[in-house]
Amino acid sequence: MSVPAVEVRELRVTLGGAPILAGVDLSVAVGEWVTVIGPNGAGKSTLLRAVGGLLSAPGAVSLFGTPIQSLRRRDRARVVATVAQSPVVPAGMSVLDYVLLGRTPYIPPLGRESAADLAAVHEVLDRLDLGGFGRRELATLSGGERQRVFLARALAQGATLLLLDEPTSALDIGHQQEVLELVDQLRREHGLTVLATMHDLSVAGEYADRMVLLADGRVAAVGPPQEVLTETLLARHYRARVRVIPGEHGPLVVPVRPR
Amino acid sequence: MTVRPAESADRPAGTLDASRPAGVPTSRSGRVGRSAPAPGSGGTPRPAGLRTRWLVAGVVAVLVALVAGVSLGPVSLPPGSVAAELINLLPGVHLESGLTEREIAIVTELRLPRVVLGLLVGGLLALAGGCYQGVFRNPLADPYLLGVAAGAGLAVTAVIALGAGAGGALTGIPVTIPLAAFVGSLGAVALTYLLGAAGGRDRSPATLILAGVAVSAFLAAGQTYLLQRHSESIQQVYSWLLGRLATAGWHDVLLILPYFVLTAVVVLLHRRELDVLSVGDDEATSLGLHPQRSRYLLIAAASLGTAAAVSASGLIGFVGIIVPHTVRLLAGSSYRVILPLSMLFGGAFLALTDVVARTAAAPAEIPIGVVTALLGGPFFVLVLRTARRVFT
Repeated sequence: MSVPAVEVRELRVTLGGAPILAGVDLSVAVGEWVTVIGPNGAGKSTLLRAVGGLLSAPGAVSLFGTPIQSLRRRDRARVVATVAQSPVVPAGMSVLDYVLLGRTPYIPPLGRESAADLAAVHEVLDRLDLGGFGRRELATLSGGERQRVFLARALAQGATLLLLDEPTSALDIGHQQEVLELVDQLRREHGLTVLATMHDLSVAGEYADRMVLLADGRVAAVGPPQEVLTETLLARHYRARVRVIPGEHGPLVVPVRPR
Repeated sequence: MTVRPAESADRPAGTLDASRPAGVPTSRSGRVGRSAPAPGSGGTPRPAGLRTRWLVAGVVAVLVALVAGVSLGPVSLPPGSVAAELINLLPGVHLESGLTEREIAIVTELRLPRVVLGLLVGGLLALAGGCYQGVFRNPLADPYLLGVAAGAGLAVTAVIALGAGAGGALTGIPVTIPLAAFVGSLGAVALTYLLGAAGGRDRSPATLILAGVAVSAFLAAGQTYLLQRHSESIQQVYSWLLGRLATAGWHDVLLILPYFVLTAVVVLLHRRELDVLSVGDDEATSLGLHPQRSRYLLIAAASLGTAAAVSASGLIGFVGIIVPHTVRLLAGSSYRVILPLSMLFGGAFLALTDVVARTAAAPAEIPIGVVTALLGGPFFVLVLRTARRVFT
């Protein structure tokens, strides 16, 4: 079996004395889309931060077979790109300049961008249908457009592993589908690996190859969507009453009011 | 706007691959962004950067301030002759300026060092202000408001009052003063930062400024106490404290020049990093930076610059906020634009303010710190108003 894109073993994270993750194992194959679900406070974002290198977890995380702590920051940034849940939108920054930030790992620390960096940025902008937006100020864009720009910045990093923390939480359902279709299309075209966290279970199940249900800092279930999105599991870990209906691309989870 | 998958489906797949940059041509000729305008559409958008016309405008402003600063004064000299005499300072040039020996002496020994000091101090204060604004991601940051200047002020007062610098008296700045000022300014900025951070995660830009105000007040109290205990040095401390560019000639200029060069080099080299820091520490980290390391280095550099400026000319407020914000409004919000232009326009601004300070109430001189505060107060309110709109 080939080397997985992400290998997490016995990940334990404690923040301010409180255990957030208590021994999490996770493996994501190259080209796979894995979505982490779980109730609020289950540790989804923390898991993503550890995989993205924002939290130090020595020995617990390997990317493409290399322990993450042995990667230099710039090299790590060429391997894994993160789209945060609500990225900061710097005042006055144009879309072009924002996406160009994604080239930071390739620009010498005190230097400036090369023609190749600019070409890469323009290519990503065109690919995401943002060609006409280069000059626009990021702050003036709509939510859906911004999300595509955030994605563009991550893609400009040239990383093949994409971490998406709640990529659609700020979007209406139309834009949710648009962004997720785009991610899936990019994944298929470029062999990207996607590790995401999502709250909307039905949408999560439709796009993921496999799902991980995180509860109280542990993996409660892992497998294809139809094995994770079950009425029993969701009732136990979310304390929610739901009905699961088989759908075209995965189970559809419908909340029903408790009697 | 919708995504059209078909449009990009036929692109070569390898183009976003991580391995690609390795094969990228290594030529890094800086001007790439300005070539190749797209046909028709008014050119491809260029990345933020210092445009030539703004650089030229900055240099022109410095030259105008230089000539005006040297020409105007109790004895006004014709600007043309002054310009000719300034050009004569370049090696291997001799123009006939028509100035007498005495006038030439006024130019080179009295006014020029003062104007150059104004350019250096103004440039440093504006550069430090722009840098602090980027480092703290706070539009209101300024050497004065963060307590940095007060820290330097307390340290310098201590040096003068406790006699360590007495040898220098009024003949020039003793070498100990900039060093003491640097220690004082670093201590103050650390205190402000810690106090501001105590507000927790949800602190607003105002929290840091409030912390700076508290630190300033605390340090000013310490300074007052010191002066009370050492009243014999009040006169000397106050003449320095209110901000002055009246110098003992080239000595002061040469003393702060190394600090100016060091600060300018460090801060200007990091101007792109400040743009990356503007997206926040997490994202800067995932883009491969060490945000905390960059931040400490830049704070040290800006504090060094502030300390040098304060040691040479006392407390001159608001330059660090007026200039970077005007640049931001006019020329763009990237630190690649703000920092170099702030340095140039900050210098020009202070040199011209000094002209006002020494001519408005001639033959008396108004302390230059008073003039900048008179201009800066109303301007600060303006910044508060626009900042609230843009940053929250």
